[in-house]
Amino acid sequence: MRWLLIDKFIEIQKGKYAKAIKNITLGEDHLHDHFPTFPIMPNSLIIESLAQTAGVLAGYSKDFKQNVILSKINKAIFYRMALPGDQLILEARMVDLRDEGAWLETTATVDGEILAEASLMFVHWQGELPSGKRLVNFVFNERFMSFFRSNLAQLSAEEKKK
Amino acid sequence: MADKEKVLQKVQDILTDALGVDEEEVTEHASLVADLGAESIDFLDIVFRLEKTFNIKIPRGDLFPEDLLSDENYVQEGKLTPEGLRVLKEKVPYANLSEFEKNPDVSGLANLFTVGMIASYVTGRLASQAT
Repeated sequence: MRWLLIDKFIEIQKGKYAKAIKNITLGEDHLHDHFPTFPIMPNSLIIESLAQTAGVLAGYSKDFKQNVILSKINKAIFYRMALPGDQLILEARMVDLRDEGAWLETTATVDGEILAEASLMFVHWQGELPSGKRLVNFVFNERFMSFFRSNLAQLSAEEKKK
Repeated sequence: MADKEKVLQKVQDILTDALGVDEEEVTEHASLVADLGAESIDFLDIVFRLEKTFNIKIPRGDLFPEDLLSDENYVQEGKLTPEGLRVLKEKVPYANLSEFEKNPDVSGLANLFTVGMIASYVTGRLASQAT
């Protein structure tokens, strides 16, 4: 799926914590422009991969019934560069989850060393769609859900029982 | 036990964090929107942080009465109607509305929300929670 910046979930605990991995590869087209002869993962995409990890955790914690939208990046600090061949370990910790939205702290590490951290706020979009159509689940749509279940998150037996 | 000074100090810290501004800018009379650059998304963040810091519950629309703006009975042609003004006074009793009443333009509404006003709200809530 295009612009899915998570390769796999390692762990996902409803309402609490998620860990995912993203492998950086020269097969990614944008790396050849960022920058020519010096490919590094753009910081904006590092935030996006953290936001996807956190957003899926937030969505999963509400059984994917809400449209989870990234709305505010309270803090984003980058310590090192992310290079092809690196495997980002993306972690998201739930600070608060409520009807209006979710607040999470996220970190990205490579080989045990911290690469970036971000504090993210998501809202549950409950307004009208611009087209005027009835509100549907446009974030966690069917395509995402089937991909999530079969590829992204091979949930442990204990999680499935819940 | 709501010490107004302490409350104001904590509110200033919260707004400094939430709005990403310098401490010096967050004076008591600073307007959230006009002076500190707050946007609607920040209101949700601020409510969350206030609730966490002061251990109070802030019902939706209690501090920032967003519903007011979208109701036709309360707002017409960009100005608050008398009905709208009445509801505003109910919801935001700690705000100084005398100037606003002279020209109740919706765009001026945001200026009512100052740092001091938020501190007053919190102090009031803490006091009523203590009783």
